[in-house]
Amino acid sequence: MAALLEIAGISKNFSGLKAVQNVSFNVPEGAIVGLIGPNGAGKTTCFNLVAGVYRPEAGEIRLAGRRIDGWRPDQICRAGLGRTFQLVKPFAGLTVMENVVVGALKQSHSVRAAKQLAARVVEQLGLQSKCHEPAGSLTLPDRKRLEVARALATAPRILLLDEVMAGLRPTETDRMVGLFKDLNARLGLTILMIEHVMRAVMALSRHVVVLHHGQVIAAGAPGEVTRDPAVLECYLGEDAL
Amino acid sequence: MTAPWLDGAPSREIILLSLLLAALILFPLLANDYLITVLILIFYFAYVGQAWNLMMGFAGQLSLGHALYVGLGAYAAAALYVHFGISPWLGLWVSVAVAAGTGGLIGFLAFRFGVAGVYFAILTIAFAEFARLAFDHWSWVGGSAGFFLPVANYAKNDLVNLRGSPTMFYYVLLAMTVGAFLVCHALLRSRAGYYWLAIRESPEAAQALGINLFRYRMYVVVLSAAMTSLGGVVFAFYYNNLFPEQVFHISRSIELILAPIIGGIGTLFGPIIGAFLLTALAEGLDEIMRTAGLDVPGVKQIFYGVCLLVVVMFLPDGVWPPLAKVLRLDGQRGQDQPGC
Repeated sequence: MAALLEIAGISKNFSGLKAVQNVSFNVPEGAIVGLIGPNGAGKTTCFNLVAGVYRPEAGEIRLAGRRIDGWRPDQICRAGLGRTFQLVKPFAGLTVMENVVVGALKQSHSVRAAKQLAARVVEQLGLQSKCHEPAGSLTLPDRKRLEVARALATAPRILLLDEVMAGLRPTETDRMVGLFKDLNARLGLTILMIEHVMRAVMALSRHVVVLHHGQVIAAGAPGEVTRDPAVLECYLGEDAL
Repeated sequence: MTAPWLDGAPSREIILLSLLLAALILFPLLANDYLITVLILIFYFAYVGQAWNLMMGFAGQLSLGHALYVGLGAYAAAALYVHFGISPWLGLWVSVAVAAGTGGLIGFLAFRFGVAGVYFAILTIAFAEFARLAFDHWSWVGGSAGFFLPVANYAKNDLVNLRGSPTMFYYVLLAMTVGAFLVCHALLRSRAGYYWLAIRESPEAAQALGINLFRYRMYVVVLSAAMTSLGGVVFAFYYNNLFPEQVFHISRSIELILAPIIGGIGTLFGPIIGAFLLTALAEGLDEIMRTAGLDVPGVKQIFYGVCLLVVVMFLPDGVWPPLAKVLRLDGQRGQDQPGC
């Protein structure tokens, strides 16, 4: 069976800077795949190509067999892809609840139904005590949670998480990990995550893709990949080896 | 009282609103003609302010050329009435169609080609200026010499042709202001309302949640233009004269956004409160100047400027949000529901 998300040879330049070069990897249905690499490796650009913010200059992206490269972000969302932003973009003037309702409306026939759905998602993320607070007044960890809640409310088949663990305390990280494990096990939610917090990557992904200078330098089980000399070199430098 | 459009509104709000509305309905029985004309101005600015607020306050699309839609609405209905004797109640549909079409054209050009923010605002000014120049040279509607409606005999109100006393216009504009409020209230609680607010707050995040930015921006521009044009229809039949230099002038566009800015952009009561404050204070100033025997040209404009300055400096969210807190009317959507 083909993978849910297939990325084949995509590239993107920013005025000469090769941000993503000929990147290929697959995310099978029901999997949790980690995308790691040092700062500036092209991870977020890769996400933005998949989510439709940029159009790849080469290559193909398929979601459930359908080509989605060149589609607009809203079309890709409606095709079943939810994403969070690394630099969180809450609807600051709206309440937490209203933020999530906007996401929930994608799959609801009425505002009333969307509110009910949003209430469940808000609870899942542990934001119920803040549900009537303006999103602009939340702390960073709560904003990260809100990003996840909003994306989850669109009921995606695949969720793209861009560093949602960054800035969380270890106990909060474990809680978030537990939530994704549960969603993955119970609903079969497929997840592609960019993450620097290795504690989370190790706990969640069985498959990791490593990017460096816009290229895939390693892929495999997290345990193997972190012993790969090429990966160690890009993180720690040649001398460390 | 659980009409569907009131779903979720606190009852305190409903009681106060009902009392205010009752007072306004009875007002012409007690007031003199002068006060009625002041209230007419207030309703007019509250109505067109609400229409502008829909676009800027809800969806974050700044228009500085809304006089365009007032003018198109005014000229379309007036021309049909003068040239063909068509009742404004039929003519207004043409007004709405022309304004909505023009709004749609501006929206299409802007949103298709990524003209946003300040550049979008400049585009709206440009179209209002095009219209001003075009109507200046269009002799069928009087050109720069102006277009006049036959002045009515105030002895008898003719609601069908909108010919009559200020009291008739008072009730027509009151109904329109209430109607605009209810429409915006309902829209804010609809899918489109949520999407507009999301687009206002962050277009990128809104798009990532599946919202078609082009479509929902088009909706709001077309709707706002259509609503504004109805204000123009009444404007034409109330004043009975239209001059392109005045109707389409940028000062008119600025004038009609003052009420929502001072009252509170993005709030339902802002345009209404703002229109009351500005018009009542400006008329009061006029009265004082008259009794003092002073004649200072441009004093009203200076007054508007000072008001704007004071509000921007001390009440950046407008008068309504802090006032709502005092009146305990700042209940937000959904807060009446238990839990989440």
